[in-house]
Amino acid sequence: MKSAGRDAIYPEATRQELAGIVREHAARLAAALVRVTGDFATAEDLVQDAVIAALCRWPIEGVPERPDAWLFTVARNRGLDALRRESNYRTKLAQLEWPVRSEPDDRLRLIFTCCHPALPRAAQIALTLRVVCGLTTAQIGRAFLIPEATVAQRITRAKRKITAAGIPYRVPEPDELNARLREVLAVIYLLLNEGYLSTADQSESCDLVDDAEWLAAQLNELMPTEPEVAGLLALIRLHRARATARFDSDGELVPLEMQDRSSWNREAIREATRLLERAARQHRPGPYQIQAAIVACHAEAADWSSTDWEQIVLLYDMLLHLEPSPLTRLHRSIALRYVAGSQVALDEVKALSESLDHYHLYHATRAELLRDLGRSLEARDADRRALELTSNPAEQALLRRRIDWIGDR
Amino acid sequence: MKYVLLFVETEKFEQDLEAMSQPERERATQLVYKWLADNADKIRGGNKLQPAHTATTVRLDRGSEPFITDGPFVEGKEVVSGYTEIEVADLDEALRMVSTWPGCPLVEIRPLLEMRQPQS
Repeated sequence: MKSAGRDAIYPEATRQELAGIVREHAARLAAALVRVTGDFATAEDLVQDAVIAALCRWPIEGVPERPDAWLFTVARNRGLDALRRESNYRTKLAQLEWPVRSEPDDRLRLIFTCCHPALPRAAQIALTLRVVCGLTTAQIGRAFLIPEATVAQRITRAKRKITAAGIPYRVPEPDELNARLREVLAVIYLLLNEGYLSTADQSESCDLVDDAEWLAAQLNELMPTEPEVAGLLALIRLHRARATARFDSDGELVPLEMQDRSSWNREAIREATRLLERAARQHRPGPYQIQAAIVACHAEAADWSSTDWEQIVLLYDMLLHLEPSPLTRLHRSIALRYVAGSQVALDEVKALSESLDHYHLYHATRAELLRDLGRSLEARDADRRALELTSNPAEQALLRRRIDWIGDR
Repeated sequence: MKYVLLFVETEKFEQDLEAMSQPERERATQLVYKWLADNADKIRGGNKLQPAHTATTVRLDRGSEPFITDGPFVEGKEVVSGYTEIEVADLDEALRMVSTWPGCPLVEIRPLLEMRQPQS
């Protein structure tokens, strides 16, 4: 077969499907190998080698009947080959037989080690994607628009630190669990954000939302009594249920107010809302549950005008009480406009100028409120300022449309 | 695993300490002694250091002669004021131990590179 023909025969969907199959099995294999060898870094390398081999060979040879057995065999053989001089690993690996046992706790250990607070956030993200989701270093680089070498360096440094600093491979004790879980949830939330903000044509980044949902679902299965895990999962699913309406046929960003709500997945919204309600029954509110509740208010409204803004402002108040942040205040002021009017909202926004002057949404929000108050020249200046401050192409396009539209009047 | 805990004082901490009354300062010192006693099974040694202005730094990469200067090698608002060598299972145990430290506001945890004796 000529190599030029391969791309046509194995289109994008198949490539993503392959990544999905790898993801289902890579973490279990890594978890089992760490347990057997006792060495996180070595096990991780072996799995990564197997993943790369799979992504090279499966498109040509077809996906094997037992992908997990295939990955296991490749990883084990690589290990026996690479560890020729380290006889104790070799012996352990040689004794390893298919099928490997992977306890749920093994996967949790893996996640908590990748997201250990002694590692920098960027390394936590790269490690989690590579070790838990089975992404290759090249795929991570493409998703974050950073050179593959940078990702590789982060992973190498992180693994060196895990070994040298004695970062343990275990599920945190009950008294540390809350703080450690916050780290894991922050990593998943960043994946959602990164994927969510990218435009429709950047399919690699869209996969990040898929990975975020998958991670949150795994975590929810492994820790079913943690309401914040369920809250984050609901938040991700509520976003995904409405994802197609966010862009028009030209790939331009559509503001919530203008979105075609008939294209929202109502069934998915109902399911995510039920998940959130179950979490809320535990009476342990947290920032992810509240954020999901805010999104649910929007998702459940039949149209823009029937949005329950009072409830949304109330939820923002709760969120601010738990986690004060100028960004949350900015979002609250957007909702406040529909409860107390644009002037009140504008005063609230202006109070944030010191902390948010460098942030494009601060100026874009100011622009909307000014425009609503009939101060269109000031509004255009604010939009221009917002345009200078964002590098996201979809947001840039939206702001340009607004500036031009006012200019035409 | 063995680690060294480097205790770091800040300007603010120093000022707060100075602003304390004598009994308050004694109470703060007692808390540190209690922490040392509570963790005695993990502590392998260590000392409080004399203030940073007593330090002398020698640079050996400036020409053929050692280059001697007064003061610590990093001039800054945060200075190392003491150290403790500890032996614990892993970083999480070290973190747990440090989380109850009642003294200065910064602690750096450094794993020791365990040197093997050269074989003769």
